[in-house]
Amino acid sequence: MLSKNQARAFFLGGTVVFFLIFLGLSWHTLAREVPKQTHEENLTEAVVRGKQIFDKNNCMGCHTILGEGAYYAPELTKAYERKGEAYIKTVLTVKEPWQPRGRKMVAYAMSDQDASDVIAFLKWIGEMDLNGFPPKPDLQSKVPVPAK
Amino acid sequence: MKYKSQQVAWWFFALSGVLLLLQITYGFIMAFAHLGYDGLHEIIPFNAATATHKNLLVVWILSGFMGAAYFIIPDEAEHELISVPLAKLQFWSLAIVGVVAVIGFHLNWWEGRKFLEIPRPLDYLVVANVLLFLYIIIMTLWKGKKRTTTSLVLTMGLLFAALLYLPGMIWFDNQTMDSFFRWWVVHLWVEGVWELIMGGILAYLLIKLTGVDREVIEKWLYVIVGLTFISGVLGTGHHYYYIGTPKYWLLIGGIFSAMEPLAFLGMALFAVAMYRKGEKRHPNTMALNWTLGTAILSFVGAGLLGVAHTLPAVNLYTHGTFVTAMHGHLAFWGAYGMLVLGMITYAAPLLTGRKLYNAPGASYAFWLSNIGMIGMTTAFAAAGVTQVYLERKVGMDFIDTQQAMQVHFLVLIGAATLFTTGIVMFVVNFFKYGRPTDEALEPA
Ligand code: HEM
Ligand code: HEM
Ligand SMILES: [Fe+2]
Repeated sequence: MLSKNQARAFFLGGTVVFFLIFLGLSWHTLAREVPKQTHEENLTEAVVRGKQIFDKNNCMGCHTILGEGAYYAPELTKAYERKGEAYIKTVLTVKEPWQPRGRKMVAYAMSDQDASDVIAFLKWIGEMDLNGFPPKPDLQSKVPVPAK
Repeated sequence: MKYKSQQVAWWFFALSGVLLLLQITYGFIMAFAHLGYDGLHEIIPFNAATATHKNLLVVWILSGFMGAAYFIIPDEAEHELISVPLAKLQFWSLAIVGVVAVIGFHLNWWEGRKFLEIPRPLDYLVVANVLLFLYIIIMTLWKGKKRTTTSLVLTMGLLFAALLYLPGMIWFDNQTMDSFFRWWVVHLWVEGVWELIMGGILAYLLIKLTGVDREVIEKWLYVIVGLTFISGVLGTGHHYYYIGTPKYWLLIGGIFSAMEPLAFLGMALFAVAMYRKGEKRHPNTMALNWTLGTAILSFVGAGLLGVAHTLPAVNLYTHGTFVTAMHGHLAFWGAYGMLVLGMITYAAPLLTGRKLYNAPGASYAFWLSNIGMIGMTTAFAAAGVTQVYLERKVGMDFIDTQQAMQVHFLVLIGAATLFTTGIVMFVVNFFKYGRPTDEALEPA
């Protein structure tokens, strides 16, 4: 039977080995791959300002982005592509509480500059290589359309 | 209770109970908002409610862990805590930082990073607080007569948890890197070092409640925490599928995270086996219920419901939907919520000298909260599956999908009411035990 010393060696050895592998892979991911997949060359100052505004207002407290956040408001990863610049600018700059079909968004009344920065951020996010996320609706074509 | 300084644990347990009630209140605010009743939007917008709900969760669990450590370490090390005034100082600073953070969330003072919303200046205070806590624990262990495996695993878990908080404090311009390190905190906590804390507390409770030989329990403790790290560290990859990180994480994260339930299965089998084997029956049967309950429900909530969406092909569709919320609730409750409540149930009679093990409401508190939480998990599951199919698979619009899901939030509120009734009974019962007293000290 396994002794207590063997059990301890299993714990310590396993932890060290797998943690080192994890550190190595993390280094490779961050130093080599993320800059390519996220197009870091397009990470302009406007994008960085946009990210800070996104952070400061806790947009992730209602929306998801890259699939992370809360589930009260739509996924924003492809918002730029889906809604376009003009629509997003209106949402961010409007001074009246914004209520698309009942669900309320905070009226941020952002300046034109701030709104443009957030849009630059969303555009940059939308261009990332996300290994296929968000997925294409794969059952859409199977939904029968009744003849008129 | 053998050592007078263990009494300080009571304050942490009391804080835990109060914050749990407050957390639940914000849960209701969000559940009603999902139903379309969001009258509080002007004062408490959804993002303030969610930040409060998630952070209070983390703080009440951590407060419970700290209380557990202050109770367990003197007992295991056979030494009084090195300083009770320092421990009290640590308590009050924790409570104050927590309250300031929650108020800040309502005034737009936060960072939009899920679970890590506490703003950076307060983070430094958190770090100072945790350093003080670790100093007290480690010095007590150092000066103590004994260093048991149980106390070492518990302390190691607490120390690593503190270290892992640091990567979450680095600034990044790149959202992907920000998210990458957010998971070093969130994932490596709940699926790594917190399992050490859980293993330590569970082993302590089993030793006390079942009377099984320490050597046997501690040997299996090493095996379980070994399994935790072997699967859980590379298992972090299940959060690196779709955030701008390379494809090899699909393979690595998929394989290793699929093995993570083994550690939780180990804990469940271990607890049940020790319960069967134990000859001594401690009179505190409610504490035993919670202990076995946490071992079993953590396997269901974290293990089974975790593995349900951890494979890349599934996660592509469920990532960031209510399927995640389903798992998040039962995993946190089963693994860490019940563990803290179990520790409180064991310690309260010993701290206060009120040896009432089966108070009238105690059994209702246990069953109502657990049945309620399982009901809530079911409601989230129904909402999540609906969302995945309508929005992700059929391509329906966001708001149309949300409206189709609304009925499940009605069920959620019903189940949450049961849950809350149980929790209120638990907290009331705890306070009925009164304050800790020296009369509860066991004669040496
Ligand atoms: C009355 C009880 C509760 C209710 C009504 C409730 C409701 C909710 C709701 C509506 C959300 C937000 C989902 C969204 O982003 O739109 C949420 C998030 C969350 N709650 Fe609760 N909750 C309750 C209790 C608890 C308890 C006791 C725990 C932990 C033990 C917990 C842990 C969480 C976690 C971890 C999240 C984040 C989940 C995610 O984003 O995937 N909640 N809760
Ligand atoms: C006690 C242990 C656990 C707790 C408390 C827990 C809690 C959570 C929470 C709160 C989230 C949402 C995090 C966020 O979006 O920021 C999450 C996500 C996730 N968990 Fe766990 N979890 C545990 C164990 C596990 C295990 C053992 C597995 C796999 C076998 C697992 C698989 C996942 C996956 C795949 C996600 C990502 C969901 C998504 O893509 O949206 N979890 N977990
Ligand atoms: Fe995870």
